[in-house]
Amino acid sequence: MSLTTATTAEQIRAVHQARHTGRGREVVVTTILLVAILAAFALSLSIGDFAVPIPDVLGALVGRGDTGTHFIIIELRLPRALTAVCVGLALGLAGAVFQALLRNPLASPDMIGVTQGASVGAVLASITFGISGIALSFAALAGAVVTSTLIYALAWQRGVAGYRLILVGIGVAGALSSIVSYLLTSSDVTVSQDALVWLTGSLNGSSLEQFWPLLGALVVLLPLTALASLTLPVLQLGDDTAAGLGVPVERSRRALLGCAVGLTGVAVAAAGPVAFVAFVAGPVARRLLPTKGAALVQAALIGALLMLVADFAAQHLLWSSQFPVGVVTSLIGAPYLLWLLSRANRIGKGG
Amino acid sequence: MTPAIDAPPGEQPATRRQPPARVRTSTGLAGVLGLLVLLVVSITLSLVVGSGHVPLSDVWNGVFSPDRSVEGQLIMRELRIPRTVAGLLAGVALGLAGAVIQGVTRNPLADPGLLGINAGASAAVVFAIGWLGITAANGYIWFGFLGAAVAATLVYGVGSLGREGATPVKLALAGQATSAALIALTTAMLLKDTETYDRYRFWQVGSLTGRDAEVIAQAAPFVGIGVLLALALGPQLNALALGDDVARGLGQKVGLIRVISAVAVVLLTGAATVIAGPIAFVGLVVPHAARMLAGADYRWLLVHCLLLAPSLLLVSDVIGRLIARPGELQVGIVTAAVGAVPFVILVRRRKMAEL
Repeated sequence: MSLTTATTAEQIRAVHQARHTGRGREVVVTTILLVAILAAFALSLSIGDFAVPIPDVLGALVGRGDTGTHFIIIELRLPRALTAVCVGLALGLAGAVFQALLRNPLASPDMIGVTQGASVGAVLASITFGISGIALSFAALAGAVVTSTLIYALAWQRGVAGYRLILVGIGVAGALSSIVSYLLTSSDVTVSQDALVWLTGSLNGSSLEQFWPLLGALVVLLPLTALASLTLPVLQLGDDTAAGLGVPVERSRRALLGCAVGLTGVAVAAAGPVAFVAFVAGPVARRLLPTKGAALVQAALIGALLMLVADFAAQHLLWSSQFPVGVVTSLIGAPYLLWLLSRANRIGKGG
Repeated sequence: MTPAIDAPPGEQPATRRQPPARVRTSTGLAGVLGLLVLLVVSITLSLVVGSGHVPLSDVWNGVFSPDRSVEGQLIMRELRIPRTVAGLLAGVALGLAGAVIQGVTRNPLADPGLLGINAGASAAVVFAIGWLGITAANGYIWFGFLGAAVAATLVYGVGSLGREGATPVKLALAGQATSAALIALTTAMLLKDTETYDRYRFWQVGSLTGRDAEVIAQAAPFVGIGVLLALALGPQLNALALGDDVARGLGQKVGLIRVISAVAVVLLTGAATVIAGPIAFVGLVVPHAARMLAGADYRWLLVHCLLLAPSLLLVSDVIGRLIARPGELQVGIVTAAVGAVPFVILVRRRKMAEL
């Protein structure tokens, strides 16, 4: 039966069916991602220089392991794995929000200056003022917030066009990188090289004391982002359409940008600017769910999975152990990025 | 993707392009003379100003009849003259490279630093020094060129895919993405190698000091070839400014022009990076300033860039020596601070695509 003669009831049924298939796929993808995260989490707790079988891991987690196992699992491996998951969630979500909001698949926080702002904050604090620990995290967060405010203000011209925000961000990122380079020359070489490890993104120093603030920040930021992202599908239709549909465009955009910057800031504060996680998560999620728009939840899960797997690879698979996790995410992310870039440009979506 | 009022250059129909206004010879000559004076002043400042006090008589003698037993003249010979020569060469190279890239991509935001070409050269040099153990300048300079060539090909290739060609956003993102990838690789190579890292970090920041005379001497001929190629491209870039179709109609071989331009850019950027490290924004800002002085005729524009860029670099270097006494700020920091402002202004301009 041709479309023009279809009855309304049949059309409604067709729409329902399309929605149902989409939702079915969404449930499957989300479940697979959750299972994969759980598996990677268990593996990273269990495998290491001193292998702990999974039952013993579970025992240690509920407080019934011997002191040695307890120390290895609870003190060493658990904080690291938990930090990886939370940082991955935050970066994946932030990247997907930026990409959806700026309507450019390449506009993740590490491309447009937000991450560089956090880096300047942290390197300034650690090299120039000798700050470490929680205060360092606050410096990184402050750097991200100040930089994004600056970028937003500089891109403002009776509203903020996505492409202008991207270009201003790239210019600011260039200037900030040279500040980081300068700071790296202004200290002793070992201090500077430690800062370089941090700048690559590393989970080597993770501890439970650093994990709790991260978790606290996520508990606040995740619901806020969920709330703010309610307007995202409409914003993606374009500013004029969104305004016509009654959405306060600039206010919604500011709320979403604020959440995404906050997420980027706390993630960078916890583990350094882990390269490419924020960038890769969104595009992968959208490819898994082509009909789902921004696919924020799945992007966050992919970010977490990527962090766990990359950190596992950095610890156990690379030729030299204890490489920072950022090296692995770069090795995975950079080729994917270039491939994506050429594909996006070929179909005319690169900007 | 982008709102129609801010359409990137590739989306404008070729018929709407205006031919560049002719520059009157007298105006052009006046500009060149003015810039020559500026360049002489900049060179003098770079020779005279510094942390150690050198009497003017020693500055004069140090340049023209050096006597190494006098401390002031030794400072001239060992520090300030090499530094000034490095600034001259790197400045000339970056300014012309920027002008040629902007002309050939018809993209006002093109710059060797922002397009990742510098990052390509520096990644390749670090690889050569750190992993292959090539520490002689005449060895790793080739890696600089190779890295610049690979990065330029990659960025332009990826950025120009698609119907509208190389728009500012696509090129900038491709450049940023390639830089990010290359910087990550460079960092991975440096994490375990404290000695190479210690040398690298003073080079990475973009600085005119600490480079041997040997490195400068190695790079100078390449800058020379690049300059000749770039200056010879003036008429061809004028034709390209009218759009590929018109240029072809005027009898230009567009593909050949792009290849020669790419060779010039790679030689200039690679040599500049080997001399002074990856300095961003000079190649972006200088052509725009020159355009205000000389108009859009590339024959004059390139000569203006040739004179203006080294002045900018040398004056930035002098500023860096003055504002952070008794230490100094490297020239790369100063140019980034000076260059980011015009960059943002360019992005904010309503019709930013006017090339």
